Amino acid sequence: MERATERILPLFVTAICLVLILPIAIVIVLAFSGQTFLKFPPDSYSLRWFAAFFGNARWQASLWSSVVIAVIACVIATSLGFFAAYAFVRHDFAGKKFLLSLMLLPIIVPTVITAIAMYFLSAKFGLVGNVLWIGACHAALALPVVLLILLSTLQGVDVNLERAALSCGSSWPRMMLRVVVPLAAPGIVSSALFAFLASFDELIVSLFLTNAATQTLPVRIWNSLHLEVEPTIAAVSAFLIAVTAAVLLLDRVLRGRRAAKA
Amino acid sequence: MAQTNSSRQALLLMLPSYAMLALTFLAPLVWFFVRVLLIDASPSALPDTIVSVVTSRPMLIATVATNWISLLVTATTLLLGYPIAYYLANRDGMRFALVVFCVIVPYFTSVIVRTYSWMVLLGRNGIVNQLLIGSGLIQEPLPLLYNKFAIVVGMTYVLLPYMVLTLYAAMKAIDPTLTRAGKALGADAFYVFRRIYFPLTLHGVISGSLIVFILSIGFFITPALMGGPSDVMVAMLIERSIEITLDWPTATVMSLFLLLVTLALYAIYYRVTDIRRLMGG
Repeated sequence: MERATERILPLFVTAICLVLILPIAIVIVLAFSGQTFLKFPPDSYSLRWFAAFFGNARWQASLWSSVVIAVIACVIATSLGFFAAYAFVRHDFAGKKFLLSLMLLPIIVPTVITAIAMYFLSAKFGLVGNVLWIGACHAALALPVVLLILLSTLQGVDVNLERAALSCGSSWPRMMLRVVVPLAAPGIVSSALFAFLASFDELIVSLFLTNAATQTLPVRIWNSLHLEVEPTIAAVSAFLIAVTAAVLLLDRVLRGRRAAKA
Repeated sequence: MAQTNSSRQALLLMLPSYAMLALTFLAPLVWFFVRVLLIDASPSALPDTIVSVVTSRPMLIATVATNWISLLVTATTLLLGYPIAYYLANRDGMRFALVVFCVIVPYFTSVIVRTYSWMVLLGRNGIVNQLLIGSGLIQEPLPLLYNKFAIVVGMTYVLLPYMVLTLYAAMKAIDPTLTRAGKALGADAFYVFRRIYFPLTLHGVISGSLIVFILSIGFFITPALMGGPSDVMVAMLIERSIEITLDWPTATVMSLFLLLVTLALYAIYYRVTDIRRLMGG
């Protein structure tokens, strides 16, 4: 039995891994297709669908609005989440696990319900289409991501260094700025990256809260998918995959640094 | 550190985060339910509204479909995820990195992109049908998209990483001397797996299944794009009653129902899981 498992397991895992990665790989290949319909493998290759994406003013407006909203969400979630994560790691208090589980609620509550409720309130105050407000709403969804990354980062910061700074007369804010932030910097940056990604890729809240002028990339993909599966979408998807890959790669590099520091 | 005002300081540090959650997450939810169910409608009519919505035919059909699809997705992610997690827990170096890559890249790719990629594969003129017809195995394209099968495939694809990461964390925590002891005492590999290894991963199996099921019942994007006209899940029904019929009371009651079920399951999850393990963190 053991030998059979040893032989079958790698085959099974290889097959699943192919099924996991192939859909993404195929979309990337199709993005470079030279044809007007999706055929795999394409008969010819070109950059025409990327040209259609980057040359179209409406796609560009969506890209811009995605970036602006994601930067706002990333700044809010990372800065607020940093202090909360610090409190969870360095302080002991009643109801810690419960308070933490509350912060993770935005990823547990079905996003459709959250999005409809946000829309309901936003419509009342005229906030539909307001990028600052959409960024703040995305920050709520990105907060759990930031928190989970920073919890493990801050656990790796030696509390004795903080004690040393404080006992040498440093004020608390100065200690945070000169000791904790530099030591946790790689983790802070990677939490910011994933917060950016969480907002950049978010669809449902954007679907309800954006208007024609502030439509994000995922919303435009969603709208196009209801019409037809055109190759421009493959190019936009390949672009989104590239952004994900860039974030994962940067995180890898930062992790290497974190490991080197430890 | 001043331990005396430790909890006050902790409270201050957490205040901005909770304030933001209260403003952008909690306030909209509370306002939504209170306004639609208690202010716009008369509170005395609420029990009747709830009964009529929850027992309405579309809601019953959607509830059955949602549970059925979510159970299928949970079972498939478990069956596929367990061997992958086992492989990851027992390998290192290049092979470990490669499998992690295949799990992590889809995990962080936008759900809309992942759904689109399966639509390209499964469509009537999609890649799978092109290959099958090209190889002469079939003459007519198979109906692979716009049905429950497509929904289960798409959702399994999106949710599998949650299962793998949860199971991996559970398996990594197992003391390898336990299975070695079992073998040394003469148990065969299957017996060791059944009586020692699997029971030790059981809390991972339960947490993983719960998180996948919780996320499944509220799923919207994938079923909306990959399902057929009759495959309506509860989250889609909620969205439709707002976008198409503009029936806010019905949407609100259905949301309340879905929210309560989700929170009840999350309460169970909370009891059985170290919450920090969520998303393999």
